[in-house]
Amino acid sequence: MEVTITIDGKQIKARKGTMLLWAALDNGIYIPHLCAAREETESPPASCRLCFVEVEGYPAPVTACTLPVAEGMVVNTSSERVNRLVAAGFELIMSNHRLDCKNCPANGNCELQRIAKARKLRLKPKNLPVLHRDLPVDDSAENIVYDPSKCVLCGRCIRACRNHGQSVVGFARRGFERVVTTCGDVPLGESGCDSCGECVKACPVGAMSLKKK
Amino acid sequence: MKLTEEEKKTALIITRQILKEFNGNRGNLIPVLQQVQNKLGYVPPVAMEEMAAHFDIPAVDVYGVLTFYNQFRLTPPGKNQVKICMGTACHMRGAHTIQEAWERRLNIKVGETTEDREFSLERVACVGCCTMAPVVVINEQVHGKVTPTRVDGLLFSYQLDKQQTKEGGTE
Repeated sequence: MEVTITIDGKQIKARKGTMLLWAALDNGIYIPHLCAAREETESPPASCRLCFVEVEGYPAPVTACTLPVAEGMVVNTSSERVNRLVAAGFELIMSNHRLDCKNCPANGNCELQRIAKARKLRLKPKNLPVLHRDLPVDDSAENIVYDPSKCVLCGRCIRACRNHGQSVVGFARRGFERVVTTCGDVPLGESGCDSCGECVKACPVGAMSLKKK
Repeated sequence: MKLTEEEKKTALIITRQILKEFNGNRGNLIPVLQQVQNKLGYVPPVAMEEMAAHFDIPAVDVYGVLTFYNQFRLTPPGKNQVKICMGTACHMRGAHTIQEAWERRLNIKVGETTEDREFSLERVACVGCCTMAPVVVINEQVHGKVTPTRVDGLLFSYQLDKQQTKEGGTE
């Protein structure tokens, strides 16, 4: 069944039950997002806090990745409140992302650069101190280089590894210490990783990249 | 830190025994981890792999749960357990400096055990004697107003004690 909703004054049709984020993206309306995945319909992680939108009838901005579309929904993808939340969320992510765009393999194809451009945000945090974790780069796998200090913890590589790979990477620890790692923190090369490269395709930033030949 | 073959074997036997009591529902993972930790004092990698196979989940998921909760240990506890109080009062009086001093002297991080298994290092919340901050508890003994120099002193006294009991044993 199809429903009609209005996003930024534009009427669009979407299948009932689709999350608002995907309905918007399918119709060419960009909403920043990092952690969301189409296949995860049961309970989206909603952890990146970037896809906030204003929906009429809701007292506060909501995350578009967790809101199923409903008939007659009126959505505004940017308002003062939304911009403030997105700016804060983005700044938090950038406060422990090692910025090295010039030498980064994802330069030009980076979701962070895209979000910054779309929402006119700075890549370098203005109000927060930058805290690097100085985690070592792991280049032990045959074809993959993993730089945890660039990781934004979106979990896309984990999903890709589960669906198409050997299920070697996952989240570990908690809070500021949270990392994407392998069981027992062994290097990728010893973890059973077969360098299928699905994580590289999934990574929105330059944390997982292919080795330069 | 390396585990001996024998330790790996006992860990495997105990984990298998405990897993027999549980069905494959992944919600049982935490009770299993707790029981293994109760029996062994820690959860070794072999046990993690065994659990992962039992619950049909990637081993890294077991590792993720294990590292998320403070109650689980990855390494066997040492003969002497050093607990550094990180309560509010101790924190204000420089518990972090004390932690660094221990880490540097023992050459391990919090949650780890020295290679000779003499010491393991842990952070705890308030131990209830804030007037003595910063506090370190070694086994059951409380040491107050600890300084980095005092850390050296404490380590020295444990080494002396050990030497004395050793000499006492040979006499």
